[in-house]
Amino acid sequence: MTDVVIAGIGQTKVGELWDISLRDLAFDAIQDAVKDSGGLKPQALFIGNMLAPNLSNQAHLGALIADYAGLAGIEAMTLEAAGASGGAALRQGYLAIASGMLDVALVVGVEKFTDKIGPDVDTALATTSDSDFEAVQGMTPTAQAALLMRRYMHEYQVPRDGFAGFALTAHANGVSNPYAMFRKAIKLETYTKAEMVNEPLNLFDVAPNADGAAALVLTRRELIPTNFAHSLVKISGSASASDTLALHDRKDVLYFETAQLSAGRAMKQAGITLNQINFFEYHDMFSIYAALQLEAVGLAIKGQGWKLAADNEIALKGKIPCATMGGLKARGFAGGATGVYQAVEAAAQLRGPAGTNQIAGAKYGLIQSLGGPASTAVSHILQKLD
Amino acid sequence: MEIPRHWRLKQQRYSLVGEVCPHCDYKIFPPRDVCPNCGSEAKEMYPFNGKGEVYSYTTIYEAPSGYDANAPYTVAIVKLEEGPMITAQLTDVDNADVQIGMPVEMVTRKMRNDGDERGLIVYGYKFRPRLTVH
Repeated sequence: MTDVVIAGIGQTKVGELWDISLRDLAFDAIQDAVKDSGGLKPQALFIGNMLAPNLSNQAHLGALIADYAGLAGIEAMTLEAAGASGGAALRQGYLAIASGMLDVALVVGVEKFTDKIGPDVDTALATTSDSDFEAVQGMTPTAQAALLMRRYMHEYQVPRDGFAGFALTAHANGVSNPYAMFRKAIKLETYTKAEMVNEPLNLFDVAPNADGAAALVLTRRELIPTNFAHSLVKISGSASASDTLALHDRKDVLYFETAQLSAGRAMKQAGITLNQINFFEYHDMFSIYAALQLEAVGLAIKGQGWKLAADNEIALKGKIPCATMGGLKARGFAGGATGVYQAVEAAAQLRGPAGTNQIAGAKYGLIQSLGGPASTAVSHILQKLD
Repeated sequence: MEIPRHWRLKQQRYSLVGEVCPHCDYKIFPPRDVCPNCGSEAKEMYPFNGKGEVYSYTTIYEAPSGYDANAPYTVAIVKLEEGPMITAQLTDVDNADVQIGMPVEMVTRKMRNDGDERGLIVYGYKFRPRLTVH
């Protein structure tokens, strides 16, 4: 199989972007990525998006965005896997190049949360859960995370602010990321005094919904010109796994098996072991998910994932730096764009220089996006090529 | 109005009817025809007795559209006596009194209104604290 490399990266700021439409957002990211690639011409467009049909009354994004970006004629489609849509689009782009069937693929993640406001957004988000047996009961993804967090704290005797470290690290890292929604560090006091959203989950345990778009140009290593402007980043591992959609159907509600399976397969493909991972861009839509991902991937024993945050091991100088550019918590939850933001940030990290957030000597990054409570997980290993 | 979609689920919503696997005796809710435990065909109907306990819960203050009439309400994952877990609202209980492990029993209640006077009313199962402990 051929080496798949990231030739171009692009991203918009993440935030409540009232002035920018869905198609303009995608186009901005695309322009930046194509320019960054040195003008490579994509033959296919793979889009990661969760909720446009619901929030913007707009489905069929493939044709729309290809047309709007001046790429009409190329093959174009959307990949949907709830919060892992961006990861799924990346996987599809990877498969297209790795198989040798395409030379250049454009992967775009885009989400416009602010096209609706209020309870309609909660209803839209609930479509990512089991409609007949979870959503109908008035369950929301945030409430699900809250009851998971409650059970976890009950089983493992986690102190009241045991999860604070996730928000503290994310916000500290967001300071130097010009694209992040939140760019101010927070104190422990801010976390402990924060308002409850769904007990025991507080305001700082949830990544806020936001608009954003990120894009990547993928190609074969041989097609990169010798005087290429950037260090090369290869996608060495790519995998996805699914579990029961409904959280209540899990064999073990507190174990994210998809995180384990997808990360494991990606690492096996890349030919590396866990201790070679230099940083982890996890799906910290909720702090409890970050803890559970750390455990399932194998970086912490079951029930101890929260300690990696409490002991600062996930900080830039820690044992396993996570959310190096702010994660979902400081970047903002840009829905289906998340998986692509993770790849763009990891690529920037590996290419260097990544400014204040640089992990010295980083060679391998693990990125993982989740759909629902890890009903889907998509993992990629990005590697810096010498 | 989504009548067919809800009508198809009457037996599950009103009577907690699931399946039992004839091969490994695993109790399945909702019905899915393939046993999640052993993978064989499982199409035998099985009525759950409605008793269970609270596995975890949280209270929702800002409800999704259609559920605000009830807010604040508590949603839980309930572990049914026969094994499977399900997601359900709790009812007839003070939100502050809910605890992990609380014994509960199934009742049929209004889930939501479709709003206008000609809209659909969706009924289904909720769970209340067990009135007598068995």
